[in-house]
Amino acid sequence: MEGVLAQTLASGLLIGFVYALIAVGLTMIFGVMDIVNFAHGEYLMISMYFSYWFFILFGMDPLYSLPAITLIMFGIGIITYYIAIRPIINAPMLSQIFVTFGLLIFLRGVAQFLWKVDYRMIPETLASGNINLAGIYIGRPQLVAAVGAILCYGVILWFLKNTKTGMALEAVAQDKEAARLMGINSNRMFALSWGIGIATVGIAGVLLSTFFYVFPEVGAGFCLIAFVVVALGGFGSVVGAFLAGIIVGLVEVVSGYLIDPSFKFMFVLALYLAVVFIRPQGLMGRK
Amino acid sequence: MKKGFIILLVFFIALVIYPFIFKNPFPRHLLIMIMLYGTMGIGWNIIGGYTGQVSFGNAAFFGVGAYTTAILLSKYGINPWFGMLLGCFFSSLVAVVVGYPCFRLQGHYFAIATIAVGEIVQVLFTNWEYAGAAVGIYIPILEESFFNFQFHTTKLPYYYIVLAMLACALLVCYAVEKSRLGYYFRAIKDDPEGARSLGINIQNYKLVAFILSAILTSVCGTFYAMYVLYIHPANTIDLWLSIHLCIIALIGGLGKIFGPVIGAFIFIPLTEFTRVYLGSEGQGIDLIIYALIIILLATLRPQGLWGIFAKSSS
Repeated sequence: MEGVLAQTLASGLLIGFVYALIAVGLTMIFGVMDIVNFAHGEYLMISMYFSYWFFILFGMDPLYSLPAITLIMFGIGIITYYIAIRPIINAPMLSQIFVTFGLLIFLRGVAQFLWKVDYRMIPETLASGNINLAGIYIGRPQLVAAVGAILCYGVILWFLKNTKTGMALEAVAQDKEAARLMGINSNRMFALSWGIGIATVGIAGVLLSTFFYVFPEVGAGFCLIAFVVVALGGFGSVVGAFLAGIIVGLVEVVSGYLIDPSFKFMFVLALYLAVVFIRPQGLMGRK
Repeated sequence: MKKGFIILLVFFIALVIYPFIFKNPFPRHLLIMIMLYGTMGIGWNIIGGYTGQVSFGNAAFFGVGAYTTAILLSKYGINPWFGMLLGCFFSSLVAVVVGYPCFRLQGHYFAIATIAVGEIVQVLFTNWEYAGAAVGIYIPILEESFFNFQFHTTKLPYYYIVLAMLACALLVCYAVEKSRLGYYFRAIKDDPEGARSLGINIQNYKLVAFILSAILTSVCGTFYAMYVLYIHPANTIDLWLSIHLCIIALIGGLGKIFGPVIGAFIFIPLTEFTRVYLGSEGQGIDLIIYALIIILLATLRPQGLWGIFAKSSS
């Protein structure tokens, strides 16, 4: 009994790190430009497909194709910004919601058209297998994904706090006017936030593809979870997203364990409602 | 205005005559769906278009309407018209329970909260054994009559019922727009702080808008249940249904009485024809087309297509 619970908590913790990584990009884009990217989960899906095709067509293991896919996703993020987002920076919120929602439908449509609704899975990767850790069995892919997520998260935090560009991003997030007066080109920062945001969700997608099915709708569930994580951590807070990711991962597995797996998603969504009602700024959000 | 009234009259006469010209089931079904979505689009428009609160959870009201009717009829033999009324009651209740806390949230926070509510309602119904869980409910076949809300030999009566629903929805929307309520709604959308400072109780009026929206959507849920005679969580409480309602209102014009009707006349045939002609080969093409429409409209013409029609009629 105790063993099962420990097992459950471990798997919740591991997936929580991946949730955190998915949410970091979302919260970053929101923090820098006050736009919620409803299509965030669809970028996850795209990168999972990239990982899948790199494996099928070139025989490249996801862990090897990771750098290339990260770069590709960075480029896709920047392109998305210039084509779809830039025209609506100053538009009413209604238009902004509809445009990123339109992106969601567009990317899902492209995936359905190109790759049909089949479920695909990378059969065997470098990360496959299990390890036994003090009586708890942990999937190696999950462990690799969690470690990768933590590393990636550390790099982002370092970048934001210690580089000039990172600090400029933070400055734009805090006060666009003041940042402009300091000579920061906010347009380039917006583009950069999309690049980094989509690249990080891309990394999460590649890591996820080592142990999760790929299909056109795969982003939907993860995107809702990412919203919950971002709201719980506080919209715009990178540190908050990390903590919240772990909490959401744990809530998901524990509620699935205690009540019923078919309800676990509901508890995660209920957590979102509870957070926005009781503490709308989230754990670490500024208000 | 007079000219607009004449155009409206001609439009309705055309709708009344339509089934006499098109006697095949498909064109009739197509128009039934257009009018059904038009009615729901008007419902969405009241909360989303007029009051500016983007709801991605309206499918929950559709589901409550459909399920109330179906459960009452299949378990207790209660008349579907009464089920329709009770459905409206329960939907209003859900609107109040959900709206009361959610309306403190703004913009994105509210939109995401409505997605969460819609998904939670779907999970609940999918796991609720009494309501048929994931399998759903078959509605018992009754003798066909207006009283029983069932027609088997011809679908024509359904056509006129939904036409009447559309007309009622337009009247409700017209009454709202011309009354004080309409001004309050638009004030809440355009300048909530200003509205508050003028003494408008924003919370309460958002709730009123949400309840109106819930009732119009719930009635459509009842109609749908009696029209297809089989409901399950995936065909009633689906996030995509909510999304379609937003798209319909956006295409026609947010906060315009006739906007959702125009939206439905463009959107529903598009979905039906892409499904029929492209089939599984063109899977996804329909999504790509909607997406481009949404993005282009939201970016270039957020007021929707309504202005184009209005110019020619005023």
